[in-house]
Amino acid sequence: MIGRLARNPIALGILAIVLLVLLASTLAVVPETKQAVVVRFGEPQRIINRFKPSQDFGRTGAGLAARIPFMEQIVWIDKRILSVDMDRQQVLSTDQLRLQVDAFARYRIVDPLRMYIAAGTEERVSDELRPILGSALRNELGKRPFASLLSPERGQMMDNIQNALNRVARQYGAEIVDVRIKRADLPEGTPLESAYQRMQTARQQEARSIRAQGLKQAQIIRAEADAEAARTYAEAFGKDADFYDFYRAMQSYEASFVDNGSGQEMGKSSIILSPQNDYLREFRGRR
Amino acid sequence: MIKKFGWGARLAAMMNENRGGPWGTGGGSGGSGGGGSGGGGPRNPWGQPPRKGRPLGTTGNVTSLDEFLKKSRARFGGRFPHQEGKPYWLYGLGVFLVLWLIFTSFHRIGPQERGVVTTFGSYERTLGPGIGFSWPAPVSRVQKIDVEEIRTIDIGSPDANSENLILTGDQNIIDLAYSVRWNIRDPKLYLYQIKDTEETIREVAESAMRAVVAGVSLDDAIGSGRSGIEQRVEQVMQQLLNDYRAGVVIRGVAIKQSDPPAAVNDAFKEVSAAQQQAQTYMNDARAYALQLTAKAQGEAAAFDKVYSEYRLAPEVTRRRMYYETMEKVLSRVDKTVVEAPGVTPYLALPEIQKRAPAGVPK
Repeated sequence: MIGRLARNPIALGILAIVLLVLLASTLAVVPETKQAVVVRFGEPQRIINRFKPSQDFGRTGAGLAARIPFMEQIVWIDKRILSVDMDRQQVLSTDQLRLQVDAFARYRIVDPLRMYIAAGTEERVSDELRPILGSALRNELGKRPFASLLSPERGQMMDNIQNALNRVARQYGAEIVDVRIKRADLPEGTPLESAYQRMQTARQQEARSIRAQGLKQAQIIRAEADAEAARTYAEAFGKDADFYDFYRAMQSYEASFVDNGSGQEMGKSSIILSPQNDYLREFRGRR
Repeated sequence: MIKKFGWGARLAAMMNENRGGPWGTGGGSGGSGGGGSGGGGPRNPWGQPPRKGRPLGTTGNVTSLDEFLKKSRARFGGRFPHQEGKPYWLYGLGVFLVLWLIFTSFHRIGPQERGVVTTFGSYERTLGPGIGFSWPAPVSRVQKIDVEEIRTIDIGSPDANSENLILTGDQNIIDLAYSVRWNIRDPKLYLYQIKDTEETIREVAESAMRAVVAGVSLDDAIGSGRSGIEQRVEQVMQQLLNDYRAGVVIRGVAIKQSDPPAAVNDAFKEVSAAQQQAQTYMNDARAYALQLTAKAQGEAAAFDKVYSEYRLAPEVTRRRMYYETMEKVLSRVDKTVVEAPGVTPYLALPEIQKRAPAGVPK
């Protein structure tokens, strides 16, 4: 028979293809990123490459796996960390302020069998976890005043949410790795507007106080200069008050009546003198 | 097994025939041809024109080629009358297999790359830069990962239409745009730990940034505290990603823009305008102060000088100054000296007014 086959290339080809198909349906390559549930006629038989926390890559169950062809199917389940992205939630704090919260959870399927029975696919697990995450978040954040919602990582809050979520996740063979709040915003509309208004008025107040401070400083500087000038004058002129009077009067006359060339308009003056004037003393001739 | 053996034997037979045919006989006839032309050469290399020498040689070659063809035709035709195409097909397959082996088991890993080797899906080892070996393709697979390339994720954008609003610790709002630079530290963790690493890094960045900004005040977030925020976000992100065992390193977080939201931007501009204005007030005052003190010092110094002269001869100096000043004053003004004691002069005040310059206010 083998001899006949050797002389018949078409039969040989068919045989090769049959062997290949058989091989392909018997052996399966399990990658590091997948867990496999082997199902026989819909009934789960065994799990390959199940996640264990302490295992290093290379020592996991990944590799070649055999199954009974046509009887057993393999259901692939992701082994990596997956994420649930929550829809935005409005949270009401104890002091009746609203906050819009956007959170995400990371989880890993640690029990592929349970997950296969309870959910079927990873997407279903995400779909089941999403509303739970939302409600856990609302419950937990709703117990706090607004100010502490801004940094929920500081307290016990995230742990509580993670625990609440984990209780549900375990039913689907999943384990929550982390829950984090991605964004926490004021809702559009009145809360945002009033926050803007508050910021605006705060800034206007700041601007006004800065201006007033500037004016105050300027006034102080001017007054100090005035005082300094007064001191300088007093020091010099105090030496002889009588002479200062005379000296200053002379300066003053000159400034009042003589165009000093500064270009300023000066009023024209007329002076009517009496012969008794001291300036005209010599006018009268010595007697 | 037997089938394979048969094929192998046949292939070997064909190879032998081929090798023996062209090389053995061909070599012999080539030798004779060479001898013919070589014999003609040394005899008279320059005297004879080259045209006559050549035909001798070629005729010799033609005959030997004919002989070879005849021989080979007899051989091939005799044994494999129907399978003349087959050797080439098999050669092609052989070459393909060899090339396949070479290309799938030798891997050139560039200096910035690492090669992650999996054997039947199971992680085996990581190849460093250079030439690496692995089992050929269906058994082993090598994924090359660039570990040096710095990747960038941008969050928020500096243009005006989209805002990435974040609440600060004092319940104000800022519009933040920043970028995160990262690269891969451990290729196998990067490949096997997290489903969508880049998206994870983005979410972790947003979360860390929000958490850090929620701890600082608006003024810090806009102004001086930015580098501190960047550093803390980097730390928080690295911590979280290490917890996930993501196999990546955060190289840096850079805040590109940190502004108040557009809706309140005007009020913020007003503050800086007020700061400018306050500076202006103070500068004006300082200028005035300088002017005033300088003037006072000047006048005091002048007085001192004059006074020291005056003290030497008080009476004379006093009269001199008086006359000089009066001279200056009276030389420029209209003077009227009323001599007679009984005369009451008529003072034409409106006339004086008229003589005043035209620019007098009404």
